[in-house]
Amino acid sequence: MVVSVHQLDDGAWLSVNDERTVPVSQLWLLARHDICDCEQADFLAEGFVEVGVDWPDVEGRIAGQCIACGASGVTDWLAMGRVDRETGAFRKVVPSSVHVPRRRTKLATPE
Amino acid sequence: MPSKVEGWKDEIYGTEVRDHLYEFAEEGWDAIPEDEHDAWFERFKWWGLYHQRKGQESYFMMRVGVPMGRLTPEQLRVVGEVAREYATGPVENPEFGGAYADFTTRQSIQLHWINVEDIPDIFERLEAVGLSTIQACGDSWRNIVGSPVAGRDADEHLDVWPIVEDLHEEFKGNDLYANLPRKWKVAVTGDTRGAGQGDINDLAFEPAVKEIDGEEVKGFNVRVGGGLARKEPRFARDIDVFCKPEDVGTVAAGLSALFRDHGDREDRFNARIKFLVDEWGTEKVRAVLQDECVEYDLPAAGDNLRDQYDYNAGRADAPGDYVGVHDQHDGDHFVGLSVLVGRMGADEVIELADLAESYGSEMIGVTQRQNLIVGDIASEDLDDFLGESLLETYSPDPHPFLRGSIACTGTEYCSLSIVETKNRMVRYADWLKKNVPVPDGVEDFHIHLSGCTASCAQPQIADISLRGMKTRKDGDPVEAFDVGLGGGLGENPQFADWVEMRVAADEIPGYIRNLLAAYDERRESGQSFRDFVADRDEDELQALADPEETDYEDPYMHNTKMTWYPYADEDDLDASPAPTDPQDEPLPSDD
Repeated sequence: MVVSVHQLDDGAWLSVNDERTVPVSQLWLLARHDICDCEQADFLAEGFVEVGVDWPDVEGRIAGQCIACGASGVTDWLAMGRVDRETGAFRKVVPSSVHVPRRRTKLATPE
Repeated sequence: MPSKVEGWKDEIYGTEVRDHLYEFAEEGWDAIPEDEHDAWFERFKWWGLYHQRKGQESYFMMRVGVPMGRLTPEQLRVVGEVAREYATGPVENPEFGGAYADFTTRQSIQLHWINVEDIPDIFERLEAVGLSTIQACGDSWRNIVGSPVAGRDADEHLDVWPIVEDLHEEFKGNDLYANLPRKWKVAVTGDTRGAGQGDINDLAFEPAVKEIDGEEVKGFNVRVGGGLARKEPRFARDIDVFCKPEDVGTVAAGLSALFRDHGDREDRFNARIKFLVDEWGTEKVRAVLQDECVEYDLPAAGDNLRDQYDYNAGRADAPGDYVGVHDQHDGDHFVGLSVLVGRMGADEVIELADLAESYGSEMIGVTQRQNLIVGDIASEDLDDFLGESLLETYSPDPHPFLRGSIACTGTEYCSLSIVETKNRMVRYADWLKKNVPVPDGVEDFHIHLSGCTASCAQPQIADISLRGMKTRKDGDPVEAFDVGLGGGLGENPQFADWVEMRVAADEIPGYIRNLLAAYDERRESGQSFRDFVADRDEDELQALADPEETDYEDPYMHNTKMTWYPYADEDDLDASPAPTDPQDEPLPSDD
C-alpha cells in the first residue's frame, strides 16, 4: 500500500494521503529526548520539519519548544500514527501521552 | 533532492493554474481529486488562494495584492462588495460580524470563507477595476510594498509610484520569475519616513543620493535578505549598490534571477534569500549580481537618508505611522485612519469608498500598520471630512493603544498560528484603553500580536511584541505569549528583546499595565519607550514588571486551534459543517 505523507503550509501540518492529520500547536510529552534537561519535555509543536514513513508508522521531526524550561529544538523522529494494513486508514497517536523520539534507521523515502 | 513542493510546481504552476481553477469552479469542490489536494492547494497560492485550516475544508482565504497599498475609491468599493457577497461563512465573528475585509501588514487585502465555485465571478469583478490576486501568495514576486502616498507626500525624496507600477507590470505573470524557490518580497521606498519598511524585505530599494559625473543623482541603495519568520529574523543587508530610478527594473530582475538560480530548492526552511546572504556574504551577492545578472557596471552605494526615518521607529520626536492629518505637496491633505487590527466590516468598506469619492479623493491607501489613508482632501473640506460619523470608529485621532495595535489572522483561519489573535487584540486594546494611563507624550504605542513564529504581524519590530505560545495554568494547557520589548525600525533598526516567556494570555494586559507604570515612573524626561528599553539590560528589563491576572476576561484560553471555528457555539472539530457548498450547506458525505 502506498502512503503519501507531506508537511504542508510551511510545516503547519502533517498530511497523510492528502488529509491534514496532525497540526502544530499541540503539546507533546517527550521522554528520553535531547531537547532539554527536563526528564519529560512538555514540547509545543511549532512546525513539522521532516516527515516520512517507516511502515506502518508515519513519523516526523518537529521544531518547537519545551514550555517547562523554554529550550527550543528539533526532535528526533517521532511516531505520529500508524496506517492500518487492512484499510489504509491513518490512526494518529495522542500527543499528550509519553513519546520517545529515536534516531531513524531507515531512509525517509525508499530509493 | 528537490522538495515535494518543487515537484508539484514542476508539473503545473504559475499562470496555467488559473485554467484548472476555473475547471474546479465549474464542477465544484468535489472535483478537486482528494488524492491531489495537497498539490493543488499549494499551486492555488500562486493565484492568491490559501485553503483554510482543518475544520474549514472547501473554504479559501483570498488575498488581493495591492501595489504599495494604493487603491482608487472604485476599487475599494468593489473589494467591499465582493466581501459582502462572497466572504461569508457558516458562523459570524462576534467582534466583526458576518462579512469583512482584512488589511494586512504587506498592504494587501484578505477575504475569508471563499468557495471555489465563486472564484471566476470574483476574479471578473476584481479584474474589471484593475485588481488581481495574481502572485499574492506562493513562490514568486509578492505584493510590492511602499508608501501609498508616493507622489502626494510632502516628505518625499522621489515619487516611486511610476517605478512600482512598472515593476508590477513586469514581474506579475512573467514566466521567467513565476517559479522562485520561495516567496520574494520587494519594498520600494521613495519617502524620507522609511515607510516602505525595506529592512524586513527580501529586496529593498532605499532612498539615497550619489554624485555621478559631478551631479547629485537621486536614486536608491539596494539591500537584500531581510525577513522575520521562524525565529530567524534578519534585517536586509547593504550590498553596496546604488541604483538610478531607471535601473530599478534591471537590478530587480537581476536579483530575482540570482535567487531563482541559486536559492535552495531542497529545503524550504532554508530557501529564503536571507539564508543565501548568510551563506555567501554581501560581497559575493554583489559579485554574482554583477557577473551573471546585469550588463552594466553597478555603482557603489550612495548616501542614504536613514537618519530621517521615523516610520515605526519608536522615536519620541515623530509619530511612527500615517494616522492623522498630513500635508500633501499640492496643498491638499491625506488623512490616516486607524483600523484596529486591520479588519473592517464590508458595509463600512463600501461606505468609506463612497465617502472618499464624495470628497474628490482619488486614492485610498493601505499601510503596513494595517491602517487606511484617504488622500486628496481639500483644505476647505477637511473639517467636514473629519466630522463624518464613520471616522468616529476609524479615527484619525485614536487612543494610542488602539492606534498602535496590529494582529495577524491567527487560529480563526490560519494553519500555522498557535493562538487566537485579532479578537483577543481587540479585547486587549479595549481593556488597556479603560484601565491603563497613557504616559505623557505617548501618542502611538505599538503592540504587535503574532500567532506564531511566521511573524505576519511583524512582532519583532514593536514597542511590545507578543508571539503566540502555550503554557500551563493549574496544570492545564492554555494559550500564551512570549513578550518582547523595544523593537523598531528607523535609522538603526532593532529586533525586540524577548523578556518574558510563556505568559498566559489572560495575564498580558496586567503585565502591560505594570510595565507602563514602571516606564512612566522611571524614564528620563521625553525618553521614548524604545530608548527606555535600550538603556536596560535583560535582567533590568525582566525586573520592571510581572504578569498579573486582572479583571480582563479572555474567552479564548483553550486550544482554539483544535476547534473548527473558535467562535462557534459548538466549536468541536466534529461539529464543522465543512466541506460545504457556496451556500454554506454541508456537502453529502461519501460514507
